[in-house]
Amino acid sequence: MALERELKIDDGDGVYAAIIDAHQGLSLEQSAALNARLVLLLANHIGDGTVIREALAKARASLTR
Amino acid sequence: MNDVRDIAFAWKHSPDQHAAAPAHHPVVIVGAGPVGLATAIDLAAKGHRSVIIERKSQLSDGSRAICWAKRTLEIMDRLGVGQPLLDKGVTWKNGKVFFDTAQVFAFDLLPETGHRMPAFVNLQQYYFEHYCVQAAAKTGLIDIRWQEDVRGLEQTTDGVLLTVGSPEGTYRLLADWVVAADGARSTVRRLMDLPFEGRVFEDQFLICDIKMKLDRPVERWFWFDPPFNRGRSALLHKQADERWRLDFQVGQEADRDAEVKPENAARRVRGMLGEDVDFEFDWISIYRFQSRRLQKFRHGRVLFAGDSAHQVSPFGARGGNSGVQDADNLAWKLDLVLRGLAPERLLDSYHEERAAAADENLLHTTRSTDFIAPKSEMSRIFRDAALALAETEPFARRLINSGRLSTPTCYTQSSLNGPDELADEALAARPGAAALDAPHDNGWLLHTLGGAFTGLWVGRDAQVAASVAEAKGELAHRAVPIRLVQTSNAEACARYGATDAPAFYLIRPDQHVAARWRTFSAAAVGRAADRALART
Repeated sequence: MALERELKIDDGDGVYAAIIDAHQGLSLEQSAALNARLVLLLANHIGDGTVIREALAKARASLTR
Repeated sequence: MNDVRDIAFAWKHSPDQHAAAPAHHPVVIVGAGPVGLATAIDLAAKGHRSVIIERKSQLSDGSRAICWAKRTLEIMDRLGVGQPLLDKGVTWKNGKVFFDTAQVFAFDLLPETGHRMPAFVNLQQYYFEHYCVQAAAKTGLIDIRWQEDVRGLEQTTDGVLLTVGSPEGTYRLLADWVVAADGARSTVRRLMDLPFEGRVFEDQFLICDIKMKLDRPVERWFWFDPPFNRGRSALLHKQADERWRLDFQVGQEADRDAEVKPENAARRVRGMLGEDVDFEFDWISIYRFQSRRLQKFRHGRVLFAGDSAHQVSPFGARGGNSGVQDADNLAWKLDLVLRGLAPERLLDSYHEERAAAADENLLHTTRSTDFIAPKSEMSRIFRDAALALAETEPFARRLINSGRLSTPTCYTQSSLNGPDELADEALAARPGAAALDAPHDNGWLLHTLGGAFTGLWVGRDAQVAASVAEAKGELAHRAVPIRLVQTSNAEACARYGATDAPAFYLIRPDQHVAARWRTFSAAAVGRAADRALART
């Protein structure tokens, strides 16, 4: 299975807002810790190591812009 | 007269001024902006007189609301004002979004053909009002009292007693119904001491309307973090008469007086469009916005519509457009209540439906604002991540929120809705939704639907046609008649879920779907019409 690149979330704006809301009142360090937990939870949910590695590579490449 | 903004509307003496007892009027509308005017014109089309009280002597001083969405254009077309808006306005449907110096994506709002109205027309609010004032005059039923204002308001059991200020002193009016369309700083709302609470956004935005000749495609351009406005956003829109709207986010700390000085604003204009750009200023304005709404849009015999009832951030063009849709929802209900054909509680459904619309608009505009002007460092990091990923990842483009542009609210939960026999099919035309346009008899379906209850039969089945034709007289002779319209246009069939089997729709006077069936029964249509009239 390849990394899904089209929007799969049925309510993109709502889920985006939920992510931002989850960070409300946190310091940057706490936010980073929250993100780490979130990445681990979602990575486990995805399960497929190939897909996760592809996502990691894309995220890393996008940082250079 | 070259500029409609220079037209001065004279105050006229009214016999009401010195009447022994307060003069009685069925409807008094406060405010001659787009919402008040649309309400008056719609009521006039249904035969009702109205008085409009307007403080000013001129049209809107600035361009203000400029983006008129498809549904608003359809409503104004029903009111006979669609063509001048199309002719004078700038039609657009494409937009581009930039991050820093790169274009991250482009969009097209309405790739579908077979609709009379485009996705959007940009036109300065003063032109919108100008055409409405002209249309209002033609009806002969609308008395606009310029340079008058409401000073007092008292509800009695049988009406609303208004104290009106005029250049010749105050006088009183007794109205059966008052429509408060007097804007974000509503006097009526203040006189009634109604709380109007919500969220205040601290960020400030600078509007520069400029005149320039520039040969570029008519598109909405939106920038996140551009070199000419680092860390902030900017927006460019074309208007009529070679006018362009430039909107700059200028931050919480910006000095209002300094920002609106032409020499400072000019620096921003040149930053966006280039040092050599040849332009002159038309209007400069700085604003902050709030997101809030009244708890109830109906207070006895006073009905709030437009910005007086709800205020949203400007991203998505949901202010003016939702206000006109308030008028569209209110006018037919007021008409039937005034004529004694529907109970007063039909007006409670005005609040029910339009408050739901306001909540939808508040939700979308608040999310857009949070994306455009992130409230925290982490929110900004996520925003910039979405923008960076959008350059290569299609999913991320869909998360970019520079304003979710106004679409009509589907009154999904409305108590006026009847049966839905099509269930999951043609969801865009389900009960509560605004009817969809399609070509019809060398014209357009929405023109044919007009502003009355209509039974719309879509499809080709001859047997159904016969049963529908048989019921024609019965439906036409109801107290509130139901006209019949039939279409077999292929685009209409597709949009109304009638490609394989016919479908029958009951359409309300505001062209929203009340109910729909696979099998036609005059009795079922009558029951659904009673429900849409709040009779049951």
